Amino acid sequence: MSAENLVEISDLNFSYDKRPILKGINMRIPRGKIVAIMGLSGCGKTTTLRLIGGALKATTGSVKVAGQEMHDLDQDGLYRMRRKMGMLFQFGALFTDLSVYENVAFQMREHTDLPESMIRDLVMMKLHAVGLLGAHDLMPSELSGGMARRVALARAISLDPMLIMYDEPFAGLDPISLSVIGNLIRRLNDALGATTILVTHDIQESLKIVDYVYFMSDGVVVAEGTADEIKASSLPFVHQFVWGEIDGPMSFHYPSAPYRKDLMLETPINAA
Amino acid sequence: MPHRKIGFGLRSIGHSLIDGVWRLGYASRFFFVTLISSGASFRRIHLTIREIYFSGVMSLIIIIVSGLFVGMVLGLQGYETLQKYGSESALGSLVALSLVRELGPVLAALLFASRAGSAITAEIGLMKATEQISAMEMMAVDPISRVVAPRFWAGVISMPLLAAMFSAIGVFGGYLVGVVLIGVDEGSFWSQMQAAVDFRQDIVNGVIKSVVFGIAVTAIALFEGYDAPPTAEGVSHATTRTVVTSALAVLALDFILTAFMFRGV
Repeated sequence: MSAENLVEISDLNFSYDKRPILKGINMRIPRGKIVAIMGLSGCGKTTTLRLIGGALKATTGSVKVAGQEMHDLDQDGLYRMRRKMGMLFQFGALFTDLSVYENVAFQMREHTDLPESMIRDLVMMKLHAVGLLGAHDLMPSELSGGMARRVALARAISLDPMLIMYDEPFAGLDPISLSVIGNLIRRLNDALGATTILVTHDIQESLKIVDYVYFMSDGVVVAEGTADEIKASSLPFVHQFVWGEIDGPMSFHYPSAPYRKDLMLETPINAA
Repeated sequence: MPHRKIGFGLRSIGHSLIDGVWRLGYASRFFFVTLISSGASFRRIHLTIREIYFSGVMSLIIIIVSGLFVGMVLGLQGYETLQKYGSESALGSLVALSLVRELGPVLAALLFASRAGSAITAEIGLMKATEQISAMEMMAVDPISRVVAPRFWAGVISMPLLAAMFSAIGVFGGYLVGVVLIGVDEGSFWSQMQAAVDFRQDIVNGVIKSVVFGIAVTAIALFEGYDAPPTAEGVSHATTRTVVTSALAVLALDFILTAFMFRGV
């Protein structure tokens, strides 16, 4: 394994109940970079993220994080590794019974013996970094979608992780919140010296901030490259995705029997 | 094809049977893991105390009001029957024994299942549906130890206290109707009660029952919540299953415990 790569995925296959989801994935996530995994919903992006986080185990192949094979880890080893990871879930997944302050302090309280005064300083620093210092007393139900996502971001970076993973961080946000979150992802990655994996299908926002992109379709990596290479790509799949075209290799229709047959019009109407 | 239909019927019975056994095994493993992950519930006692507040203290109103009415009804019905035999002075012992031995633990457990059990299932089911449980796992925090175990011990601690409260208020309800309203002699009401209720035989057995019901109801509520499909429909079905399964479990366990406790007494 190269020391330059924090995450290395080789020939990764994964199946749910014998249904193949990932088919021979290879990825390299270099240290200090922001790498996006893009593709349509259901193409296996989130599954890849869960395999990196050790929430799922590979059917065959290898997922290495910081040189450590994830599926060789026992529960304690996995938890030790996860303390160095931060993850932002699609809708924040904030603990609804805890205030914003307590959400951000959660991991500090669970994993460290820091005195309350230091926890307070750290929580305030993290909240300041996401621009929500004044919201520390609010409950998650009092936050807008964008604010909740920022609090979740502050919580994800609360122990200064080496790897930050984002699962659809832009889903359901207004354009301003979208830019704010995008900027934060870049700034926090650079400020913390972390490595970021961004699972998204928001092409315009993510291409502004990422260093490298993997495109997935139907469980395989179909294209990869830097943001500029992706924008200039002439591959039909990438072109259709980047420019949001209706016509292309990806069909709007879910596979089905012919439409006329479904409507029982297989025989011509005027046959009689 | 009748034999085909029979085959299909047998297959579905077999499937349900295997599913049932599998689920029972899964629930037993869940219960066992909860027990061995209970250290933090006592080391960080504030986690458990917080849950005692939500499960126990918040159930007080329904327990007190129900206990009062059940005691009052017992007073009325008991007097109605006892006076036919001229033994209305035994009203105190009838009310107290009914409550301490049976109605206190059983009704408090049924109310606890519908008030606190359903809330526990819905809360954990929604935590799962909104990825809070997954988030906790990704933060290297064991959700069984942090979320499930404190709620389990809170239920086990709260249940006997609620049952005791139910019985005490019920006795007071019986006193209100029997002595204050109808006019049964106060002295014989209390002295008959004191003479009839045995500490070991009645009170301790009642407490044992309520501890067992507390374990059963809380374990069912936690398992159903943790096992609920992460959808609105899944959580709603799980909540219903908690109340139904807990009620059946409490009544069945009550029969078994009573059969062991009061044989030949």
